Amino acid sequence: MSAGEAYITGVGQSEIGVKLTRHPLLLTVDAVREALNEAGLTIGQIDAVSTYPGRAAMMPGFSPVGADELIDALGIRATWHAGGMEISSQLGAVVAAAMAVRTGQARHVICFRTVYEAAALARPAEYPPLRRETAEGYSQWLTPFNAISAANWTAQYAMRHVKRYGLTREQLAQIALTDRAHAALNPRALVRKPLTLDEYLSARMISTPLCLYDCDRFTDASTVLIVSAGEALDEVTCAPVRIAAMAGTVERHSWDQAEWMACYPTGADLWKRTDYKPADVDTAQLYDGFSFQALAWLEALGFCEVGDGGRFIEGGQRIALDGELPLNTFGGQIGAGRLHGFGFAHEAVVQLRGKGGARQIPGAPRIAVCASGGGPLATALLLARD
Amino acid sequence: MGAPRVLPRLDSDNRFFWTSGADNKLRLMRCQECATFIHPPRPVCRKCLAENVAPEVVAGTGTVDTFTVNHQEWRPGLEVPYVIARVTLDGAPGVYLTTNIVGCGVDEVQIGDRVRVKFEQHGEVYLPVFEKVD
Repeated sequence: MSAGEAYITGVGQSEIGVKLTRHPLLLTVDAVREALNEAGLTIGQIDAVSTYPGRAAMMPGFSPVGADELIDALGIRATWHAGGMEISSQLGAVVAAAMAVRTGQARHVICFRTVYEAAALARPAEYPPLRRETAEGYSQWLTPFNAISAANWTAQYAMRHVKRYGLTREQLAQIALTDRAHAALNPRALVRKPLTLDEYLSARMISTPLCLYDCDRFTDASTVLIVSAGEALDEVTCAPVRIAAMAGTVERHSWDQAEWMACYPTGADLWKRTDYKPADVDTAQLYDGFSFQALAWLEALGFCEVGDGGRFIEGGQRIALDGELPLNTFGGQIGAGRLHGFGFAHEAVVQLRGKGGARQIPGAPRIAVCASGGGPLATALLLARD
Repeated sequence: MGAPRVLPRLDSDNRFFWTSGADNKLRLMRCQECATFIHPPRPVCRKCLAENVAPEVVAGTGTVDTFTVNHQEWRPGLEVPYVIARVTLDGAPGVYLTTNIVGCGVDEVQIGDRVRVKFEQHGEVYLPVFEKVD
């Protein structure tokens, strides 16, 4: 345990569902309580809060609870806090917290991501949907052409892999099949039923080459990670997990002007900041709001060459629980639910602590990589159980 | 497409781009010092930081960089399927336009297809969509 380092200590999660009626602040509190219990901390020892993207007044289901609100609701005396969308991606909130504890701004930071998109959609009177008459900001370059969803934008990256590198539907299917197989072993996962290749191949298309099962869906849940300073670890009862390296590089913050997805430079930059190598990684928890993003992350993080992602996951054995690189062992967002980035870091910590239960990977994993973001957004964290 | 398109809100930065099709020409913002194209248009060059920037006519032909066929009815009345594409423009390196490929079947578009701009007028807005050229 070293001073000057940042650790993830307690992790917690609420129930994961769709159209939940429990108040989103209380879902957040459920996850906070679980994280505090695991860490052996009390709320009085928390002195900072970090979240993504902060309370989204225009889209209350997307982010119904802000850092300010949690600080006030739980009586936290915060020496530092942050919540914003203009950051590398969802796990950028964890990067910010790590920098805060490493610079002495705080000792124990609650990092949280609460989503309430399914509930909000089901209760429009309480959560009025956003209606925009015109397109502005970056959406003006996409929406007028009915390139409305991130599914469309991501599909165009995936199509380049199909045409340039020969990515097949059977190969891409392995992300969803692996997610769903792992989700079946996760009691909290949103979808507990495994998916067959036949079901995948006969699913309706959303935006070619992405079909229904390549997409996550609106979910209600909260995930919490407590980031603690190395100097404060004597207050913690759980096995701390060190944040060994962090990266979040953006070359052009645009879904269509960037030559390529931000995960590629981010993955390369992660390895410049550590002596660990891709071969040292025991498990990868990689953003899969759309399946192709996880495949791109595998390439970006150097587990295979750019363009070889399809062949790397072919057949699925390599990324299964007992494979050489178990992937998204909690089910990813496609299986466990759209936890929006934080689920990947949560699961990396669970696996490194050996607390995965039926989905625990064999051996005693020491190194995990987790990543959030797609398109122009990317954050990668390398976590180590020292 | 059945449902009306959601149009861009015009402002001092983007008005020239979205109204450019009135004379059937495509224009992009360009640095007058170092000749870099600036898209989305902004009042400063992203390469040399010069503020001497101005819209310039570009060829209006290009190549499909990538595409997707959208099948999902994202809003009521949206007619599907349709082709969304990212197009590179001749003579304007580094600029991509997200657009629709029109005038052909959705299964007739491929990466590398040569395309030409065609403007779809909605009031003062002229959306640059593209058609395949043989």
